[in-house]
Amino acid sequence: MTLATAFFYLFSAVMLASAVMVIASRNPVHSVLFLILAFFNAAGLFLLLGAEFLAMILVVVYVGAVAVLFLFVVMMLDIDFGELRSGAMQYLPIGGLIGVILAVELILVLTSWAFGPEIAPALASPAPEPTVMDNVAALGAILYTRYVLFFQLSGLILLVAMIGAIVLTLRHKEGVRRQDIAAQVARNKSGIEIRKVESGKGI
Amino acid sequence: MAVDISNYLAVSAILFTIGVVGIFLNRRNVIIILMSIELILLSVNINLVAFSAHLGDLVGQVFALIVLTVAAAEAAIGLAILVVFFRNRGSIQVEDVNMMKG
Repeated sequence: MTLATAFFYLFSAVMLASAVMVIASRNPVHSVLFLILAFFNAAGLFLLLGAEFLAMILVVVYVGAVAVLFLFVVMMLDIDFGELRSGAMQYLPIGGLIGVILAVELILVLTSWAFGPEIAPALASPAPEPTVMDNVAALGAILYTRYVLFFQLSGLILLVAMIGAIVLTLRHKEGVRRQDIAAQVARNKSGIEIRKVESGKGI
Repeated sequence: MAVDISNYLAVSAILFTIGVVGIFLNRRNVIIILMSIELILLSVNINLVAFSAHLGDLVGQVFALIVLTVAAAEAAIGLAILVVFFRNRGSIQVEDVNMMKG
């Protein structure tokens, strides 16, 4: 067993175990922390596959942004999570049955096939050898040229998501004093009263 | 490539199944359902990267990058909707989401 194989089994085992804990743990904060562990191990699997850029992006985007967002929401909302879990066991038999059937089917399909001979010459953008150009440079070379449309599209998706999230959660409370720059700039001297304030006393 | 592609595909199939079962088990808690969707999208990403690495084609990784973007956007929008819903109803139970029922 080579080192890569050993690491593959280590990363997969920890990732699957923490994925089970994500859906099974009673406390949602623990779920989020196990989600972070699962994403770290998935990043390890990506590294084994030679996709270094995606591995780092997975850690930055998921652990740095998405998981923290989840943690923030879980802690901000005042929810009785014990009550939410009360009916979970009711769905365990049907859920487990469907899960086992789905897993067996997927594994049967995914492990019994082979690449066709006409695949290899028909690659859209073959990856250069790692000695010639590393993964990040190779990905950048095609992402900013051939697939720049997809790159800009993903930027647009993020912009829409940002605007949507702000529009959804922004609310104007009554009684909150806000800055009104036009009214402040338009004030003249006649509207201002100047008072002499003695030291040690307020107005 | 030291590890055969079938192993990666099997791992991602199991991860996908765990995500689907998570949606079944936590039918009341929207936060866990969102996390299960993240797990499902992660398994899709593992599939894409495994094929990309074994075929020697970089397009799979470009596509995985877009899936990652969509997953992040979906998490942000989903959590924003969750916060608004909690403000209005004081709960996040899926069964309570019936305000649009005629």
